[in-house]
Amino acid sequence: MLPALSLHNLVKVYKNGITALHGIDLEVAQGDFFALLGPNGAGKSTTIGIASSLVNKTSGTVQVFGHDIDTDLAAAKACIGLVPQEFNFNVFEPVVEILVNQAGYYGVPRRLAFERAERYLNQLGLWERRHDQARMLSGGMKRRLMIARALVHEPRLLILDEPTAGVDIEIRHSMWHFLAEINAAGTTIILTTHYLEEAEQLCRNIAIIDHGRIVENTSMRQLLNRLDAQTLVLDLLHPLAASPDLPGFATRRIDDHTLEVEVTRDANINTLFAALSAQDMVVSSLRNKTNRLEELFVRLVGNKGNAT
Amino acid sequence: MNRRAQYIAFRAILVKEVLRFTRIWIQTILPPMITTALYFLIFGRLIGSQIGDVHGFPYMEYIVPGLILMTVITNSYANVVSSFYGAKFQHNIEEMLVAPVPNYLIMLGFIGGGLARGVAVGVAVTGVALFFTPIPLHSLWIAISVLMLTSILFSLAGLINAIYAKSFDDISVIPTFVLTPLTYLGGVFYTVAMLPPFWQRISLANPILYMVNAFRYGLLGVSDVNLAAAYMAIVGFIAGLFGFALYLLNRGHGIRS
Repeated sequence: MLPALSLHNLVKVYKNGITALHGIDLEVAQGDFFALLGPNGAGKSTTIGIASSLVNKTSGTVQVFGHDIDTDLAAAKACIGLVPQEFNFNVFEPVVEILVNQAGYYGVPRRLAFERAERYLNQLGLWERRHDQARMLSGGMKRRLMIARALVHEPRLLILDEPTAGVDIEIRHSMWHFLAEINAAGTTIILTTHYLEEAEQLCRNIAIIDHGRIVENTSMRQLLNRLDAQTLVLDLLHPLAASPDLPGFATRRIDDHTLEVEVTRDANINTLFAALSAQDMVVSSLRNKTNRLEELFVRLVGNKGNAT
Repeated sequence: MNRRAQYIAFRAILVKEVLRFTRIWIQTILPPMITTALYFLIFGRLIGSQIGDVHGFPYMEYIVPGLILMTVITNSYANVVSSFYGAKFQHNIEEMLVAPVPNYLIMLGFIGGGLARGVAVGVAVTGVALFFTPIPLHSLWIAISVLMLTSILFSLAGLINAIYAKSFDDISVIPTFVLTPLTYLGGVFYTVAMLPPFWQRISLANPILYMVNAFRYGLLGVSDVNLAAAYMAIVGFIAGLFGFALYLLNRGHGIRS
């Protein structure tokens, strides 16, 4: 089966001489939910821009479902729906018109475009606002509008460049649910995000790009398995006077009711709880100190201050 | 994209462009009507009554074609330059760039918008003119064809200006320092026969003179220039500007990094 997106030796040198991509190779399988992560300025948006024809490549090849953008650009474009990082709709246009016009640019007849606009605006909770100018929407609504717009021609590949930036938790979760449904229905999704929890939860495969080079390209499960140890934060029911001695685990007392425990890959949580129970320690809740993907991400790209 | 899909895409751009300027008709349609009414009142009725006939027509009647075409020129240009640059500025031009719609259709959509506004304003200004003076019609087809071709030409010019523009200043420089002087010196208010021979020769290098006079021929049947030369100039400019604008869009000049 042809990959949904195939990049080979992709190079981008901007006019100011900055090389944004140093010959990257990447394949995204059909039906995948793929995370493309990297620090700010790593080359994610340039990669997405080239794939979606908004940025001219310097050299290399790009194929979308087998359509080469050099020889079959229109067919490649027709396969892609793009949700860019910045709002890029006419803020003075009514919501429904933005969708219907976008569908028109893909050759979708007007009546069908209205039907699809109604469906996607309903699914994303914007139907009631369909006659409002886009500038009247909240930030979260604008993000959802861009997703609806990207879907209105029913693309096989949906590319989302930080789709949940600045969106509150409740809406973010509803967007995750929606995207998971779209993916389950067969749409390939490529996602860049600031929220590594989002990538960990949604994506099956991942590439990490840094300084215009792919530094990691694997499945999410394999990547997370590489984590040597994770730090768990335990909330204890009874106060703790000092750090307890738990055989096989490094511990650190944070305060009377909070204990940090480092669990290495060869240890397991059952053993930890057995050790805790043996010392009559009751755990009321448990969480990871940091997101597991975030720990790996920082390790892979070096701690440069900005995640993704 | 098959032909039907291309037609749908073109219509989507055209409808969007037409809705854009009709929604803000107070800014787009009304001002030229008021300005033209003032021109007729001041130049036509007050000053024109002192001038007498030009080429056998009362001065008020003589300047009608030029005033209509001047309005068509400025509005066609303004429509496309502001719409396309606005789309660049807000990045919503990307809505079209990511879609499989060919660049020449994007151009035709914007030019169609400029043409629609040019014709709409031309009709509105003609209506205003009729309050002041009767307007003869020597040749309907010449009048309509020159008006539409001129509108297309300046829509293309506005598009090229917008492609190059990097700021809002850049979209006002050409209209202010090039278009307005050429229009005012393009025989809107006078016949070149009124000028000294040296300035007559200089005037013949002004392309707008050919358009104004060709349109005047369509309405009044008089012209300072050869009609065939006027059509050739207009069509030649359209072909040249169309090719150049398409080249710029295909290269992604000003719209793709």
